[in-house]
Amino acid sequence: MAAVQSAKTARVVDSRKLLRTALGALAFMFLILFALIETVPFVLTVANSFKCLPATREASEAFIPSPPFGIDCRPGGVALPAIATTEGLTFNPTLEGYQKILEYDFGTWFRNSVIYSLAITILRVLFDSLAGYALARMNFAGKRAMFYIILSTLMIPGIVLLIPRFIILQQLGLLGTVQGVVLVLSADAFGVFLMKQFFESIPEEIEEAAQVDGAGRFRMFFQIVLPMATPALTALTIFSFQGTWNNFMDVLIIIGKEQDLWNLPLGLSQLRGQFGDTLEWNTFLAGAVFTTLPMALLFFFFQRYFVEGTSYSGLKG
Amino acid sequence: MTVTAKRPPEFKPHNERKRAETIAAYVFMSPAMAIFLIFLIIPIVFAIVISMTNWNGITPLNQRPANASSTVIFENQTGQSVTLPAGTIISNGEDEPRRYQLTQELIVPAGSGATIEGAVEAVEPGRRSNVRRGQLDTLEDGALAALVTVENPISIENGLDPAFEFVGGQNYSKLLAEGGIRQTDFFTALKNTLYFVLGVVPVQTVLALVLAVIVNQRWLKGKGFFRTAFYFPSITSSVVISIIFMWMFTQDGIVNTIFKAIFPDYKSVTWLDDSNGLFHNILGLFGVSRQTVGDWAGTRLAGITLWDWLSGPSVTMMTIMILNTWTTIGTLMVIYLAALQNIPGSVYEASSIDGATGWQQFKWITVPLLAPTTFFVLTIGLIGTFQVFDQIFIISSGGPAKTTLTIAYIVYNNGFNNSEMGVAAATALLLFVIIFAFTMLQRRISRETANA
Repeated sequence: MAAVQSAKTARVVDSRKLLRTALGALAFMFLILFALIETVPFVLTVANSFKCLPATREASEAFIPSPPFGIDCRPGGVALPAIATTEGLTFNPTLEGYQKILEYDFGTWFRNSVIYSLAITILRVLFDSLAGYALARMNFAGKRAMFYIILSTLMIPGIVLLIPRFIILQQLGLLGTVQGVVLVLSADAFGVFLMKQFFESIPEEIEEAAQVDGAGRFRMFFQIVLPMATPALTALTIFSFQGTWNNFMDVLIIIGKEQDLWNLPLGLSQLRGQFGDTLEWNTFLAGAVFTTLPMALLFFFFQRYFVEGTSYSGLKG
Repeated sequence: MTVTAKRPPEFKPHNERKRAETIAAYVFMSPAMAIFLIFLIIPIVFAIVISMTNWNGITPLNQRPANASSTVIFENQTGQSVTLPAGTIISNGEDEPRRYQLTQELIVPAGSGATIEGAVEAVEPGRRSNVRRGQLDTLEDGALAALVTVENPISIENGLDPAFEFVGGQNYSKLLAEGGIRQTDFFTALKNTLYFVLGVVPVQTVLALVLAVIVNQRWLKGKGFFRTAFYFPSITSSVVISIIFMWMFTQDGIVNTIFKAIFPDYKSVTWLDDSNGLFHNILGLFGVSRQTVGDWAGTRLAGITLWDWLSGPSVTMMTIMILNTWTTIGTLMVIYLAALQNIPGSVYEASSIDGATGWQQFKWITVPLLAPTTFFVLTIGLIGTFQVFDQIFIISSGGPAKTTLTIAYIVYNNGFNNSEMGVAAATALLLFVIIFAFTMLQRRISRETANA
């Protein structure tokens, strides 16, 4: 009797296990499918940036930008029959796209991107941590008001600021200048709150001890507090740098037609107009790779901070 | 406190110390506060003022244009060039029209923003005129648009113009109430934006949650790989992603190639140039069209027919919706993943002992415990999607047939392409109100669902 019972149970457990395994397999396939959807476009972008123009149209799906898919790389080239004579034809892979982007002033735009990102990140980390520290540790008249002003700016969607910022920069004569871009973005409410939260989490005793030693607030901040805040500062640095590097809208509005001051995203977006009728996809994609590469490198080195920063923002919410 | 020794004697009186502390605090606060005040708070106030003027965004606010030559800018939407004979009267079409006449024959090419200098003179010279706008529109019967359309040149500027005049709530009523291009554009954009938001937000939230739950499974190997793979798009520039999608979705692009390989009968879709709405297409499958639904569909609401309100997102808009979902999923998944890892395993173990199935656990434990995270994900989803701009700017510029016009895009377009900074500021503020209202609504619904 008992044996029959246990066999029955075993069978139930077995079918349950089977179902679970099947569901797991299904879930795994779903995950793989999405992982492919998320990654394959980037892989194909890199591959196609090394193809000649006709190949980006005729064989865009090929992962490896080289024969055996025979494509005549001359303008208007088409797929060749399998046994085609290859004499006199140019084949993939080619650096054509990358050579072109340099002709299109990508060097200047790269330099500008670096300048904007570095200047904004340095100022932002400094200004945000100063304000964050004051809000976390110091008592002063108007503290609550300032706190709420900063909090309210957090709720203003960026697009709403498009026109107002343009107007104020125009009045200040800062349109079309590097200073315009840098100043507007040199402090952000998110960063202030990130730093405030962090400073509140470190024990106050250390500062009290320093104060007893007679250190002023400023010396204490730069010599004792800031070095302790390295994790938060790293996260803020990375977020600022990434945000600025990818910034399109603000630079579009502030810099406008001053081609010499475009950053990479703005320059890349304006390439379309310069191509005329045919979009030179290999050049376009080479530009995309060129724009993304520094960010990708930063991401792979500091991945932890990217992911942790994002997780942190969610846990707080 | 580790300091047990006597505190050193206070040299400064208490008040003086306090003052020093306050000064230090202000020094700490001032850079950030200055930036916020100058580039956030004051501009918002400024925008409210500008939204009640007819400023063109070009003439410096404190200056009057120095030269006395007149310029007229036309936006000719008839699709063909229109010839206007000399002497044609142009008026701004307002209640108290100020009239101008053409000093020479004028050929206005099709398209927007044809600028002809020195082409007009005031009929009643000496009167101050404003910068004003309108556009050439086709007549219903297709007759020569010329004489009627002259009623509305896009702008007339002459030497007497001040930089701006206060127009009160006129910009708002132009957008919301008065029939005309501004109103139809605004409500078309509102319609498109709503389809965009209501399509993207639920899909990206559900997908992110499901993917996070799968990645969080104990049996899954290579969690780090999946997290990286999903997160990578969100660190990439929106411009880069737009370009990649444009390339993938071209007529002979990779997406059509893949579909063709899977379904031999598949006919290539022109993803980036198809203004047909999703709901219209679905209805079309059942033989329902504008002609067969009856007259009610022609009723206009805010300048748009009911039939058009019910179009659904166009094919091109759906492409941009896919792009947006594709980009955001990773960030949201990482947020969900962090929250999932915060749920103690013991909760699941206890329910397993009680015989709960995986689905029951998901429904009764995971989802309720993740409610605060879902709230956060929905909020940033709403705020983000309502502002969709970069992708539209790069991929479609609002086309085809205005089906990807979004509110964020017309803010830009009114301000910088139509030189109507007043209307643009008003549009931006309306968008602010809309986003705020939706966030509050979502808050309320979330709270009520949580209490239910």
